[in-house]
Amino acid sequence: MQTNFTEVQLRDPAIQVADSILRSCVHCGFCTATCPSFITVGDEDDSPRGRIYLIKEMLESGSAASAPVAFHLDRCLSCLSCMTTCPSGVDYMHLIDHARTHVEQTFRRPWHDRGLRAVLAAILPYPARMRWALRAAGLARPFVGLIPQRGVLFARMRAMLALAASERVVAQGVGDVTAQTVHPAQGTRRGRVLLLAGCAQRVLDPGIHAATIRLLNRMGVEVVIPQAAGCCGALTHHMGKHAAFVAQAGATIRAMTDALDEETDAIIINVSGCGTVVKDYGFALRGEGPDLAGKAAKISALAMDVSAYLLKIGYQRTRPESGLTIAYHAACSLQHGQKITDAPKALLRQAGFRVVEPRDAHLCCGSAGTYNILQPEIASSLRARKLDTLTALSPDAIAAGNIGCLTQLAGAGIPTIHTVELLDWMAGGPCPAGLKS
Amino acid sequence: MIALPAPNPATLARRDALVAGLRKILPAADGVIADPVRLKPYETDGLTAYRQMPLAVVLPETTEQVAAILAFCQAQNVRVIPRGAGTSLAGGALPLADAVVIGMMRMNRILQIDYADRYAVVQAGVTNLGITRAVEADGFFYAPDPSSQLACMIGGNIGMNSGGAHCLKYGVTANNVLGVKLVTITGDIIELGGTHLDAAGYDWLGIIIGSEGQLGIVTEITVRILRAAEGTRAMLAAFSSNAIAGACVDAIIGSGIIPVALEFMDRPAIHACEAFAHAGYPLDAEAMLIIEVEGSADEQTAMLERIKEICSAFAPTSLKISQNDAESAAIWKGRKGAFGAIGRISPDYLCMDGTIPTSTLPQVLARIEALSAEYGLKVANIFHAGDGNLHPLIMFDANQAGQMQKAEAFGADILRLCVEVGGCLTGEHGVGVEKRDLMKVQFTEIELDLQRAVKSAFDPDWLLNTAKVFPLDRLPARASLPHAA
Repeated sequence: MQTNFTEVQLRDPAIQVADSILRSCVHCGFCTATCPSFITVGDEDDSPRGRIYLIKEMLESGSAASAPVAFHLDRCLSCLSCMTTCPSGVDYMHLIDHARTHVEQTFRRPWHDRGLRAVLAAILPYPARMRWALRAAGLARPFVGLIPQRGVLFARMRAMLALAASERVVAQGVGDVTAQTVHPAQGTRRGRVLLLAGCAQRVLDPGIHAATIRLLNRMGVEVVIPQAAGCCGALTHHMGKHAAFVAQAGATIRAMTDALDEETDAIIINVSGCGTVVKDYGFALRGEGPDLAGKAAKISALAMDVSAYLLKIGYQRTRPESGLTIAYHAACSLQHGQKITDAPKALLRQAGFRVVEPRDAHLCCGSAGTYNILQPEIASSLRARKLDTLTALSPDAIAAGNIGCLTQLAGAGIPTIHTVELLDWMAGGPCPAGLKS
Repeated sequence: MIALPAPNPATLARRDALVAGLRKILPAADGVIADPVRLKPYETDGLTAYRQMPLAVVLPETTEQVAAILAFCQAQNVRVIPRGAGTSLAGGALPLADAVVIGMMRMNRILQIDYADRYAVVQAGVTNLGITRAVEADGFFYAPDPSSQLACMIGGNIGMNSGGAHCLKYGVTANNVLGVKLVTITGDIIELGGTHLDAAGYDWLGIIIGSEGQLGIVTEITVRILRAAEGTRAMLAAFSSNAIAGACVDAIIGSGIIPVALEFMDRPAIHACEAFAHAGYPLDAEAMLIIEVEGSADEQTAMLERIKEICSAFAPTSLKISQNDAESAAIWKGRKGAFGAIGRISPDYLCMDGTIPTSTLPQVLARIEALSAEYGLKVANIFHAGDGNLHPLIMFDANQAGQMQKAEAFGADILRLCVEVGGCLTGEHGVGVEKRDLMKVQFTEIELDLQRAVKSAFDPDWLLNTAKVFPLDRLPARASLPHAA
């Protein structure tokens, strides 16, 4: 597609990247068909091709982002379904990331939007604050009926309370397993990995890390949790808050780098939303000085989703077949962001489950980080659509590799369980809490 | 460049009042788009060389709303551009500055499926593939399959009488539609055809299908759905030159065999598509045919054997039969994504759509190669070889001054060549704005006058998708199009 940047604009390396991405788009429109927001809203401006066009106009003009551009870019889930579909190989992720930063830096949102985003960015990445917020939300829950039915702000408040008071069943009394740095391998050590402790997941469902560690230890893998590695920065990254992202990602990268040794096989991530961002550190932090950029690239190269690592080292079931049917829900960050589609299903089959998949598996469930709070209307429509296709399979449980999806899809009468918990169970671990009830 | 008419200043001057009127018909907050930032993505479709901001965009959800919008536009003497998914490669959805774009993408519901009588009733904004997806679990499919079938909408398929790889056996859109609900420019809702083949009286569907949104706006379509074959298998045959592959196509068709699909790709196309689909295309070949057969396992084998025999006479560099559904799917993924995949090797392209008698394939391919050298622009050839529907993709860089004009001149030469050898300007993409001024190469003025008279019968003021299909001279007086800008 033709672009109109001036020579001066093209001296900016970031604009150069954006220009080459825009030039690779031929405007064929295939992406519209698999975009969850376009399918829901039915407006070119809410399709990947439309957003690419909006971004092109915004960047070419060199001016601040306008309210309509911010509005439509905000409604993108960053699910990256468009990238799986695109025949031309358009790097939409890096284009929208760049555009989000531009919006954040040049557009002044309404006070309540700014406020909510600041609150989310100040709470979610910090486990202690998040625990406190969940408790407060639990207290506020009985008053949800008092929130007016109209208005974006109130819809967002209701969405936030609904998520905070999730009916999802999680393992109790696990404690914070991430407080311990080294979890030694059982028997002969076959490998050593670092595990990203992250932020929200360890508060929402500490059982996932516990299962990951148990399973890996049992398989002879030492798991090391660098204590200073917290949030990966995905949350602020997707809000376009670049400085906060660099600070969070930088701290995690440095902590990870310090914990690396020559025998470290991989950096394991069991939240696929984080995995997509960690794998992109090398690109996202390329302009942050040679030291951090170099470390970032190294961390990206070592990052692996837990499913890919388990498949690589060879997972084996030890318990008899459960006879359960598991609906595998492909998290977008895993299937589109990291292009991992078969590994989790192969592992679940090896674990003896009957694995089924819903129709339109490529569509997002509406979780998408903080999307379900910031865009409750589209998110709840996508949730309903996804649950329709999942319940049609009459599964015993829904498995996914991303805590966001697990929370989003909970509450429909089918337990939602992290893939790794099911794998751990069949390899000798405890039955996942969600299945017991 | 094809000239667009100067906008009607009276319409532009009434913009705010017109938008207010449209908002009364579509009260939903986002049903009418008038903000210039929001309008920008609607300025073009799959033919990005042409761009024009519309006056406004409306996104109706019901046939009644479409009717109200058209009645309003006629009363206000405002031009209207229908738009589906905006995938037209001929500029079929290109707006005019004084026109209202009616986007049909919110009308995306499947209304009825009847397996006993094998038809489905769908709204115009359902995607082509969406129809097959809705019935495939029960063993049925909708036959026409344009490469953009994932995204393109059935309403647009009606407008352009779209084809696709499998039309060799099953025919184009016109052969697979039983009825339509059409909204006229007066805002009347009429039904043409029905749920059966052949309707009484004139072949109204024959007139509507392929009329490029110039006679009315189709909101509901009754399509034929067919029982899927027991199985299909695809074969890749590679050759050492375009001309040899072209001769092989003619030999296969000449032998009386009708495969389900018979597709041609040359070297640049093979490489670009392989990078996208990882289908195992022969990267050392100069040209490749995708040949698909269907039926029972025995039927497939028998037909493939005969095709192999014919291919062998043309010294193929390789012959490969897909071993399973996943391999076949990958082969088709590459072919269907071919146009977009060209984006990997060139920032811009023009996709031609001429049709020629298959016996002239080798001669036409050689001539295209010569023209490519003459113009200094590369070409990738991807097309439905079985029915002689060519899609030469002319690659250029729109950021380089003059290249776009050169590419257009090259394209026009290819289309003139198609007419010269006994073919036509467009196989399935439609005339749109792209081939408008070449219509005189194909038709005499008398023929064009008759076609214009048909348009006038439906749309006397020429408000519907005007400035396309017909060259701008000799338009009827009531069209009141100011002279080209």
